[in-house]
Amino acid sequence: MHNLTIAELVKGLQSKEFTSVELTQHFLDRIGSLDSAYNAVITVTAEQALKAAAAADQRLAAGNAPDLCGVPILHKDIFCTDGVRTSCGSKMLDNFIPPYSATVVENFEQAGAVVLGKTNMDEFAMGSSNETSFYGPVKNPWATDSVPGGSSGGSAAAVAARLAPGATATDTGGSIRQPAALCGVSGIKPTYGRVSRWGMIAFASSLDQGGPMARTAEDCALLLNCMASYDDKDSTCIDRAVPDYTATLNSSVKGLRIGVPKEYFSEGLHPGTEKAVRAALADLEAQGAELVEISLPNSALSVPAYYVIAPAEASANLSRFDGSRYGYRCENPKDLEDMYCRSRAEGFGEEVQRRILIGTYCLSAGYYDAYYGKSQQVRQLIQQDFVSAFENVDLIMGPTCPSPAFKFGSKGDDPVAMYLEDIYTIATNLAGLPGMSVPCGMVEGKPVGLQIIGNYFDEARILNAAHQYQQASDWHTQAPEGIA
Amino acid sequence: MSIERREIEKLATLSRIAINEETISEVSQRLGSVLELVDQLQAVDTDGVEAMSHPMQATQRLREDEVTEFNRREALQAIAPETEDGLFLVPKVIE
Repeated sequence: MHNLTIAELVKGLQSKEFTSVELTQHFLDRIGSLDSAYNAVITVTAEQALKAAAAADQRLAAGNAPDLCGVPILHKDIFCTDGVRTSCGSKMLDNFIPPYSATVVENFEQAGAVVLGKTNMDEFAMGSSNETSFYGPVKNPWATDSVPGGSSGGSAAAVAARLAPGATATDTGGSIRQPAALCGVSGIKPTYGRVSRWGMIAFASSLDQGGPMARTAEDCALLLNCMASYDDKDSTCIDRAVPDYTATLNSSVKGLRIGVPKEYFSEGLHPGTEKAVRAALADLEAQGAELVEISLPNSALSVPAYYVIAPAEASANLSRFDGSRYGYRCENPKDLEDMYCRSRAEGFGEEVQRRILIGTYCLSAGYYDAYYGKSQQVRQLIQQDFVSAFENVDLIMGPTCPSPAFKFGSKGDDPVAMYLEDIYTIATNLAGLPGMSVPCGMVEGKPVGLQIIGNYFDEARILNAAHQYQQASDWHTQAPEGIA
Repeated sequence: MSIERREIEKLATLSRIAINEETISEVSQRLGSVLELVDQLQAVDTDGVEAMSHPMQATQRLREDEVTEFNRREALQAIAPETEDGLFLVPKVIE
């Protein structure tokens, strides 16, 4: 059952081939027996899952159940789940049991999806390797000496290892697409404002966006149908009808104009990655799409602009963790100041502290205009690059990351080396555009991702192109050794 | 590029993060390498470019002034480190 896609599971459940309880038990058993090798899941909610599965079976028996009714999924541990610990990968929230659920979590609950548990992640979503998690790193199912990517590494590894057919994730600078690429799964970051951020623990509020991961583009479409919604409780959510993303999956890509940015194929790109991505583009060309070379001249500025904006917003967002009302409080504080300073020093890990300090620096008196103000101007230039490009093309495609999964510890000493991992993904967050990664090849036994960037609210077109690519390729069906 | 010790201490105070004496030089070096990266921005000509704050130039929505949240004090305080009589307790602030 674990090799079936969500689309196939929906059919099986609705035609009573198997029950949700059977399916849920099967995935719980897999998590129990296999996850010790990957560390992808940090909280398993077996009891609640089986109860939800039994309720889903009743709804299915009654008929007219929504698509996802009875389908087991995992939530990234950044989404608040009522009554279930939500740690955000941090010691700061190791004891945090939210008294409410995120809108995304509620959407899935209403659809009757079954939550198996919560996935591991980089602390507060800050990282590209999952090495910053308080719960230890997630291991890449394709090569357990290598990183799964981050920050949604737990979700990506869990889907790759067939511990769940789909999972939620979030993306601030590449945190859905990069781990999806490194673990050989499909994942889409929607347009900023498409998915509610309410109850999703904030990192950088002008960039954060939730999205789904699954093995196929079709499954991502099914999950996004449920995940995307307008929400009064998120003031940056855009009030716009959610289309049925599955409705256009089968459209032909004939005549589709695909922009190929020359800046995404320059120095630093692994030759094996380039070869795989070029081959994928050629496949789409063979299906009738047209490749157009384009330029995004300000691409190189996206990493520096991001590493001002994201830490600046993080330093403001994370000021709420002060040991007063919830989360970690240090032992025997001698006064209020001591309680703040020690709770934060002991509760946050090294990378989170570093980003808070950088953010504070960039926002402090005398530096604000030179750093934050300047970055927001550069952001405008980066957005303009995309606006101009989309006057001539329908989608933009290139590599998701510069190279396949790297080994643990290999980028440990220099934070900047790690930051460059997101060089191709960050610009879409700065511009607020949707982007996706789908598997498109293997290098040294590790997966490579093809990135597909669309215009605002053009998720359906991205998913359509990804689905058409997957009709003619089989990279998305491959499983790591010992998994299938 | 590295940041002066005095500056790191000031940042730590502003951020309310206690910094360990022994780690200051390492922190300074690592923050320095990040600042070196972001300093590439200074060379960009942004004269007359408007700062971008929302990708779709969305503005703050307004709504009717009515009650949408309900008092859940007990649930919210159940997860607090320390409470008393419905109040959050912190170390003494005023002598």
